[in-house]
Amino acid sequence: MRYLPLTDADRREMLSVIGAPDVDALFTDVPADLYLREPIGGLPSHASEMAVERHMRALSMKNLAAADAAFFCGAGAYRHHVPASVDHIIQRGEFLTAYTPYQPEIAQGTLQMLFEFQSQVARLYGCAVANASMYDGSTACWEAVAMAGRVTKKKRVVLSGALHPHYAETIRTMAKFTDDEIAGALPSLSGAPDIDGLIARIDENTSSVVVQYPDILGHVYDLAPIAEAAHAKGALLIAVNTEPVALGAVRSPGEMGADIVVGEGQSLGVGLQFGGPYLGLFAVRDPRHVRQMPGRLCGETVDAEGKRGFVLTLSTREQHIRREKATSNICTNSGLCALAFTVHLTLLGEKGLRALAAENHRLACIAADKLAALPGVKVLNDSFFNEFTVILPTDARAVVRDLAKDKVLAGVSLGRLYPGADALSGGLLVAVTETTSEEDIDTLCSALKEVLA
Amino acid sequence: MNAPNTSGWKPAMNAAAPGGDSPTVTGNRALMLEEPLIFEIGSGERCGVDLPEPREGANRLGGLARTEAFGLPGLSEPETVRHYTRLSRQNYAIDLGLFPLGSCTMKHNPRLNEKVARMPGFVDVHPLQPVDTVQGALEVINELAHWLIELTGMHGVAMTPKAGAHGELCGVLCIRAALEAKGDAREVMLVPESAHGTNPATAAFAGYRVEDIPANADGRVDVAALKARLGPDVAGVMITNPNTCGLFERDLKEISDAVHAAGGYVYCDGANFNAIVGRVRPGDLGVDAMHINLHKTFSTPHGGGGPGSGPVVLSEALSPFGPLPYTARTKDGVVHLIEEEQAEAFSQEHLGGKMQSFGRMTAFHGQMGMFTRALAYILSHGADGLRQVSGDAVLNANYVLRACEDLLDAPFGGSGPCMHEALFSDKNFGGGLSTLDLAKGMIDEGFHPMTMYFPLVVHGAMLVEPTETESKAGLDQFIAALRSLAERARAGDESLKTAPHFAPRRRLDETLAARKPVLAWSEPDVPGGRPTRSEQGGS
Repeated sequence: MRYLPLTDADRREMLSVIGAPDVDALFTDVPADLYLREPIGGLPSHASEMAVERHMRALSMKNLAAADAAFFCGAGAYRHHVPASVDHIIQRGEFLTAYTPYQPEIAQGTLQMLFEFQSQVARLYGCAVANASMYDGSTACWEAVAMAGRVTKKKRVVLSGALHPHYAETIRTMAKFTDDEIAGALPSLSGAPDIDGLIARIDENTSSVVVQYPDILGHVYDLAPIAEAAHAKGALLIAVNTEPVALGAVRSPGEMGADIVVGEGQSLGVGLQFGGPYLGLFAVRDPRHVRQMPGRLCGETVDAEGKRGFVLTLSTREQHIRREKATSNICTNSGLCALAFTVHLTLLGEKGLRALAAENHRLACIAADKLAALPGVKVLNDSFFNEFTVILPTDARAVVRDLAKDKVLAGVSLGRLYPGADALSGGLLVAVTETTSEEDIDTLCSALKEVLA
Repeated sequence: MNAPNTSGWKPAMNAAAPGGDSPTVTGNRALMLEEPLIFEIGSGERCGVDLPEPREGANRLGGLARTEAFGLPGLSEPETVRHYTRLSRQNYAIDLGLFPLGSCTMKHNPRLNEKVARMPGFVDVHPLQPVDTVQGALEVINELAHWLIELTGMHGVAMTPKAGAHGELCGVLCIRAALEAKGDAREVMLVPESAHGTNPATAAFAGYRVEDIPANADGRVDVAALKARLGPDVAGVMITNPNTCGLFERDLKEISDAVHAAGGYVYCDGANFNAIVGRVRPGDLGVDAMHINLHKTFSTPHGGGGPGSGPVVLSEALSPFGPLPYTARTKDGVVHLIEEEQAEAFSQEHLGGKMQSFGRMTAFHGQMGMFTRALAYILSHGADGLRQVSGDAVLNANYVLRACEDLLDAPFGGSGPCMHEALFSDKNFGGGLSTLDLAKGMIDEGFHPMTMYFPLVVHGAMLVEPTETESKAGLDQFIAALRSLAERARAGDESLKTAPHFAPRRRLDETLAARKPVLAWSEPDVPGGRPTRSEQGGS
């Protein structure tokens, strides 16, 4: 029990100060018949560092790591190269083992970092203000819907069919309990996104329209007409971005008129991690909406000597002050993931982000062309960034499973994302990043050709 | 020898210390360096990553190619490392010393856990890879789930909630789903006034009307008041045990029985599970749902405010309603990941058709990176170690309580032992001094202050949670500092009002920050530099 510093002699001495005969005597408020006098059966006793490491390594070895495969999975989680200095910095004890910055005088490191992070996210999204992060993209998306309800006092939410289905499911689940009405749809494999159809579903009772950019099928398209249509009916446009690297290549949602921009920041600094912890990003275009935002905010101020400093601020929106009237029940953020994001983005800077985005797009174009040349394979998209939809002549779920046996992780099948939607079963989402080599692309093509033959 | 400077060159300084007359040219104090923002030292042309120059090639960006600059600053690698390393030195952290924030359980973060979480098979796997290729990751989830169930005496566990408050929401949604499945829609959630601030917000977000239940003079839930309010409109009660006064709710079993008899369910906020792990099982106390903050009891680092992780253990009555996705091991040893696709079929085939999940509350499978750390921690401690954890945590808190209660008012000190946190008030401070002043004085003594002004039921509350990873020598030093500060506060020592004196910053103006929010950096609009806050009309 190497993590416990007290010796038995310490314990005896402390008990004598307290005036208790033994530690059990400190638990007298626990009903005697329910108090456990022995360690819980079934759990083994303590184990050495070496033994635990061995056990965990054995479990780790049962997984196929992306680095050991030809890897093309995306759909809301992307594999990018993370510079070594990012992990070095987040492992510094002063960042890693700090708590929420409740005492700003001795938490300026975390607070200044959050201020830099908020400023970066706001610029990336084309917005005025970003918060200090949320749990992940999907929960941030729900919070945006809830916020739009507070701002517009309306209850009808129009979801684009090309919103990530897990995000749409999260919204639907939560809306069951808040009585918001959700108007959703399935995506279509018939070509370009149906913007007119989406606009036609917006009415006077609509609080928000939720679109994804680039969307779940990889399409990139202008959001301005949707923003205009939403605003004409008094609704807010919520734009969801699951791949922030794309914003190094294309216009930001804020510039195109989105009122709330949310997304997943995992791509920069955080890593795949089998789905979490991730990094929810949340920003608003109009600074007047700040007081309706969920989550923590870091703001600039001065100290008693007039020096610039940073604090958590506008907490009168939050649960610990407003209780049941709070803007959200969220009481944390993803501080360490925000740090990873901000360090990675600082290393890249404007120039690096653009170069990274260009390299992603270049390789994705190569992959799309090579896949489109395979017999029986069609590429759906005219426009995309680093992910696109391939239509196979058979159920893509089976193809993905088959290829995985040869260490080719070919992508994410639409069948897995949209169970029961037979019309989508041939769809395969293929994501390409700077970590994908041209050799990987050739491996995918030849494996796919073989399995489809 | 100093030659006169005739070139007109001036050092580019004092970006580090806007405003304020500094005794040094740089604004620095010995090893404590003033650090500008990346926006003030970086530029769009600098880059700390070597990437291929963008090449001419296909452009299928749908006519939306970005032409305008964002204004995102870049730095080289050495500048980036130095910037963030310097910032890190302005932070207090558990690695630097005792961090007695009550209700936050800031214990040592073992580095083995960090090593384990970074194994390629955990950190470099995608959430939507074929399940055959992630059996080890699913086993981690399943194994951790198993131990959480054992330690709490519950029936099932929902692993996907992303943090404690997200877990609360999950638990309350399970309650709502269970009631609705019985056709019994209820409207009210009872929340004792000593509950965490998230509890009422959570109940409201789940569509409930919140009603408070008072605390009694003993610092515990007023059982009579609670029983009197129960009825057919009450969905349940959200209770914190051990509670926010640092006390065990000794009547919880009686409360649970009454709530169940009235057709409701009991939610327990598990933020303070550290105090009782291995000594009493919440399931035995009649709890139906309880979130577990993995970053508290199971030591996953909180990184300046997150990420957290909030698995929710569930009673037999609530287990069928937990969220998607979930994992389940079948008799053949395979661990399945149950998502929307196969939920109904799997439930029919393996679970007798019982699962009626309320739905999905996040995109993927929860905080996998926290699961690996928590599992490594549980295996390191084992059953014997975890029992010792609660024993030492409670011992340390009572030691602090008894060592200070002659100087610091302890409102519930007379009602027996505390659990893992000791509660004091500012009752006997002199000279208009407050809890805030004592807390800021503690910074000058080299400690992070305790939780202030919480719980609300005590005036000027100071909630001290030393945790089990503090040594006796460390506690003695802390106690000496606390006693000295208590004496100064009683004597009305004015110098406390301006503490801290030695921190990287003196007291920060939080009112100004809220009244005139500056939430993002913007370019200086005044020639010669950006105006400081005070020049913008602040205090």
